[in-house]
This record gives sequence, C-alpha cells and structure tokens, in this order.
Amino acid sequence: MSSRALSQPRSLKLTSAGFLLLWCIAAAFPILWITVMSVKSPVDAFDGNALNVIFGPATLAAGQGISVLDIILWMFSLWGAFILTARVAPRMVTSYAPPKALWLGWMIAIAVLFIGAIVWFFSIFPGLSDNLSPWLGPLGRDGIGFTTEHYKTVWVERGFFNNFQNSLIVTVGVVTISLSVGTLAGYGLARSGSTLAFWILIIALIFRALPHSVLVAGYLPVFISSAEWLAPILGENAPTLYGKPWAVIAVLVAINQPFTIWMLRSFFQNIPADLDEAARVDGCSHFQAFRRVIMPVMWPGVITTGLFSFLLGYNDFLVTSLLLDAQNQTMVPAIAGMFNRETTTTDQVVAVAAAVSITAPLFILVMVFQRQIVSGLTAGAVKG
Amino acid sequence: MNFRTFAAFVGPSIVMMLLFIAFPLISVFTQSFYITQPIYEVVEVETCTPGFLTQTCVTEENSVPILDEHGEIVTKTEFVGLQSYRNVLELDRVWTAFREGSWTAFQTIDFWKALRFTLTFTLITLPLNLGVGLGIALMINNAAKSIRGPVIFISLLPFIITPVIGALSINWLFRGDGILTAIMEWYSGRDIALFAQAWTIEILMMLYRVWHVAPFAGIVLYAGLQTVNQDSLESALIDGASRWQRMRYVIIPHLMPLITFISMIHLMDSYRVFEEIVGFSSQGHVISLQWLTYDFLVPDQAGNRSISRASASAMLTMVGIVILLIAPLRRTWRDHKGSN
Repeated sequence: MSSRALSQPRSLKLTSAGFLLLWCIAAAFPILWITVMSVKSPVDAFDGNALNVIFGPATLAAGQGISVLDIILWMFSLWGAFILTARVAPRMVTSYAPPKALWLGWMIAIAVLFIGAIVWFFSIFPGLSDNLSPWLGPLGRDGIGFTTEHYKTVWVERGFFNNFQNSLIVTVGVVTISLSVGTLAGYGLARSGSTLAFWILIIALIFRALPHSVLVAGYLPVFISSAEWLAPILGENAPTLYGKPWAVIAVLVAINQPFTIWMLRSFFQNIPADLDEAARVDGCSHFQAFRRVIMPVMWPGVITTGLFSFLLGYNDFLVTSLLLDAQNQTMVPAIAGMFNRETTTTDQVVAVAAAVSITAPLFILVMVFQRQIVSGLTAGAVKG
Repeated sequence: MNFRTFAAFVGPSIVMMLLFIAFPLISVFTQSFYITQPIYEVVEVETCTPGFLTQTCVTEENSVPILDEHGEIVTKTEFVGLQSYRNVLELDRVWTAFREGSWTAFQTIDFWKALRFTLTFTLITLPLNLGVGLGIALMINNAAKSIRGPVIFISLLPFIITPVIGALSINWLFRGDGILTAIMEWYSGRDIALFAQAWTIEILMMLYRVWHVAPFAGIVLYAGLQTVNQDSLESALIDGASRWQRMRYVIIPHLMPLITFISMIHLMDSYRVFEEIVGFSSQGHVISLQWLTYDFLVPDQAGNRSISRASASAMLTMVGIVILLIAPLRRTWRDHKGSN
C-alpha cells in the first residue's frame, strides 16, 4: 500500500539516489580497478595518472593491445554467457529434465555450457575478430593496452594451478562434510525444544566467537607430533597431521559447525513440524522422515548454508597458512606470500593478477546464487 | 523426539566440535603453563689455525642442542607456571612506562599495543558499520524496484571477497603512488605517504572493514525494512510526526532486534581483526591480538615456534571474548527462561 502522504519530495529522492550511486561506485571500484591493473604492463599499472592506467600507453607501445571491436565482442560474449547460465539454462533444466533426475539435468547443462565456452572463446571468437578487423579501419586497430602475460606467469610459471587444486580439495571437503554433519544436527536441534538443545546452541555461539588463532595454537603442537602419539594406535605408518589437507578440512569443518548448525536450524524451523508428524503417522522412523520428507523441501536452505561454508573454506587464510606446508598451500596464503616477498613492480602486477584470478569465481558465485546468499543473510537475522 | 534419536542426529556434530574446538581449548590452557625447549649441553670446542712455529688454538664453550639416536633434537617440557603470561604481558616494562607516565613507552610493548588497536578498531567500526548499513538499506528501499537487484549484486561484492584479497586491493589503490593517493596528492598539493605512520594505516583498515561488512548490515536491515508496519507509519503521519520522527520512533524501534544482532556479530568478528594486518602488511606499525598469537605460531628464523607464549596470548585474548559475550548470553538465557 503506497499512499501519497508517505511519498517523498523530489530533493530527498535525488539525494538518496545520488548516495546510492556513490556507494555502488565505492563497492565496485577496488575490484574493477585491480582487474584493469592486472592486464597492463607494470609501468602502466602503477602509473599515478588514472587515464594512463585505463588506456595503458606503455602496454600498447610494447605491442600488446586490444581493439574496440575486440572489446565489443568480449562484452557481447560475456553478456551472452551470463544470460545463458543464469536465465536460459535453469529454465531448460527445469522444463526438460525429469523432476527426479534434476541433478543429471544440471550436470548436462554445465557440461554443455563449458564445452560451448571453450569452442566459442578458442575457435569462433579469434576467427571472427581476425576476419572483421581489416574491414573496420580504426575501430579494428589496437587502441587500448591489454596483456594477459601476468595471468600466464601466475598460472603457468608460478605453479598457481597447484594452489588452485589444493583450494579446490579443501573447499569441496569442507562443504560436503560440514553440510552432511550439519544438516543432521540442525534438524535434531530444530525439532527438540529441550534445555540440552538450548545449551548446545549457546555453547556453539561461544565457539563461534573464538578467534581462530586460539584454536590453531591448540592444534599445532599436537599435529606436528602426531606421528608419535598416534603410533600406539596406528603403528608404524602413523601420519603426521601437519601439512595434510584432510586434517585442515576436519579443522575447518569443526570451526564452521557452530555457524552451520545455527543457520540450518533456523531453516528447519521454517518447515512445519506437521510435515514430519504426518510422515511418522504413515510409519516412517525419525530418520526416514528426515530423509524422505524433510530433505526434499530443505534444498534451498542446504544450498544457502553450503555457499557460506564454501566462502569459509575458500577465504580462509589463518588456518591454511599455519597448518599446511608449502607444497599443499592454498591460493590465499600463496598470494599473500607473493605480495609480501616480491619487491619489483612486475612481481606486484603478477600478485594483482593472482588476486583477480581468486576473485573471479566469487564474482560468478554471487551472480548465480545472489538470491540464496541474500536469503541466507536474512535467515539468521530474522530468527535472531 | 526422545533422547536417543536426538543424540543420533546431533552426535557427529558434537563430536567434531568437542574434538576440534573444546579439546584444543583445554590443550591451549595447559600449554600456557608449560614450556618446551631443546636441552642444551655445553661442549668445549678447540679450533686451531695453522701459524708459524706454533699453531694458534682457541678453546670455546658452545652450547649445542642434544641429539637423540635419530638425529633429532631432544626437548624437555617443564612446568613454568605463569612465566609465559609474564613474558607476554611484560608487566615490569608496563610498570616502568606507567611510572614515567609515558604512553609511547607503553605502546612499544607488543601485547598492549595489540590490545589498544583491537579495542579502538572494534569500537570505532561498530557505529560506522551500523550507520553505513542503515544508509544502504534505506537507499535500496528508496530505489525503484527494477534496479534493486543489480544494486544488491554490486553491494554483495565487498562482502563476499576474500578478506585478505579485499584488504590487498584497497592497499594497491593507496600504496606508494597508488591511484587514490595520487588523486589526494593532486587535490591537496602535498606529498602524502599513507603507509609511513600508524594512524593513517589504522584509518585505512577501518575504512576497509566498514566497506567489507556494511553490505551485510545493509541487506539484513533492508529485509527488516520490508516488514515495517505501514499502518503505524501512517498513523504516525496523521499524528503529525515529521519524516525524522517517523524514522526515530517507528522504523528504528522496529529494526532494533536486527541492530542488536548485527552489533553482536560485528563485535565478535572485529575483535578477531587479523586479515587487515596481513593485507596491509602493517605489522611494523599496527598489530592486533589475533595477529600476535599468529606471529608467535609462525616459525622464526631458527624454525622454532613459541607455542607456550602463543598459548598465553591466546588465553588472554579469550578473556576479552568472555567479557564481550556476558551481556548477550545473559539476555538469551532470560529470553529462554521466559519462553518456557
């Protein structure tokens, strides 16, 4: 209901819109700017003049540039890719895949999109660009400095791919284990009103407030000497937990548990208890009711919680940098190391390129899952 | 749901938390009273250099760690009581600084320096975060429906970015002749070095933190604004309340539970400020409590980690958490008892 008395004067609306614009610029600018820096030669990237950073004369002088036509083609293909992944693919999956094999539909959709992207960017795109540019005169010639050499340095020479793999292992492990342990606990806590459940939640809240370095101080000596104290149980081949990705996964899952169970509990509470009672009347055990009746309607909540677990595993610096050794290092500590160690501007730009590489998946994540993230942020809050 | 089913559902999660949170806490607590050191023995070494007629021989006493049969350093663990705490707190230096009345001397002691920064950081960013968050919420609420989606998308970016990388990206804008420093220099006509003294770095860190967490506050409050009762707004209008009064007496009270929630999360998270120190590489000027523990845990040049000092500083950090949580926990307990 909007009444005219509540409507705002024009000046207020304009001020509000102006500040909103200002906020959007402030929010996006740092990320945009490092993206621009990462495709320029070091001289341009750290130039004091903003226009030089954007147009990159030194990069262009070195023979590396991009034409207006290329930019238009790029924007067109990125826009197309966004429309295909965010709009067309979900609609096709929901309409063509049988409801029971929805995940299969998604797998096929992702595979098709992936192959399509490779074909487009590596064969059609360069061909199109080469054939069109002679016809367009100045628009077809290189006008803006653009180079991908820093990305090549990061991914190929610096072995960033290895860090990427480690990050992938840690994140996937954290998400799957913390969801499977957390959904069970969240369901149990949501359906039990006992004082014990209350105390578990309160203790979880206290655990959530703990600084992670406190916990790591507890793990480190135990993990380093684990071969000794595990030897009586496991014998000769007792592992040293220090430096093992799966030990880090276990640690991150535990650190993430308090948050996970709080969030999942509030999602489970939104599902009426009548639903599992009906299933119980029909002869299901508690666990069967959970698996066959509650889980199918819980997917949005599980996906949302999974996103936040993903962020925790992906963004972590403290735990991974202290508990993993050099060859198992994940991406974030690797970049911080690059940034702190290197002193020449070339190395700095390489670190910038690595930083952009690590941000890109997060960008796509927000694009695809914006609604789930917002619902996750508000789910915890509305319930308190 | 009977106790056994409940235990079966909650069990795995509880085991994880006991094993990886409760147990390390106990072990940190005990470690802070013990110290593990290599055992040294004094060895006399005679080094001779050839000389004319007679050799020149020097006998030195070196202390070397004892090695066991595998060639590893033998260590012994002994109970030292509160020694590690004394090493972290450095009360004698505090006392000297206090007698001289010198704040600068006091601020050269790592622990107190870290404590001072952590508390200032927490207390200054809290109102800023709430203010900016409320502003974002109101502005999004004012905006046309069609642009709300994209605006929320852009607003989420600072929130979702990896904290270390976010801090680094702000760092690159300001470091040296970074683009924003260059603009500020051009505007003021003076030479500006933002990373040469502590207070400018602290301001940058606080700005970064507000940039990073305000979207969270904004989106939570925006969701809260959707549930404001339009009728009470209109009746306030009929009673002659101005725009500001409606804001103050209708909307803010409605959002109060959310504001408390955000403040609590913010206090917990900013008390553990850490990533900013890494991203701005400010350890030369500014450190935080969590960074202090981290620094003790990182091996030094000889490859030793000062575990017991880290444990002591971790336990001291915990004291702050307990103080921070007493008030909200008491409230929750009262609510819980009230609801039964």
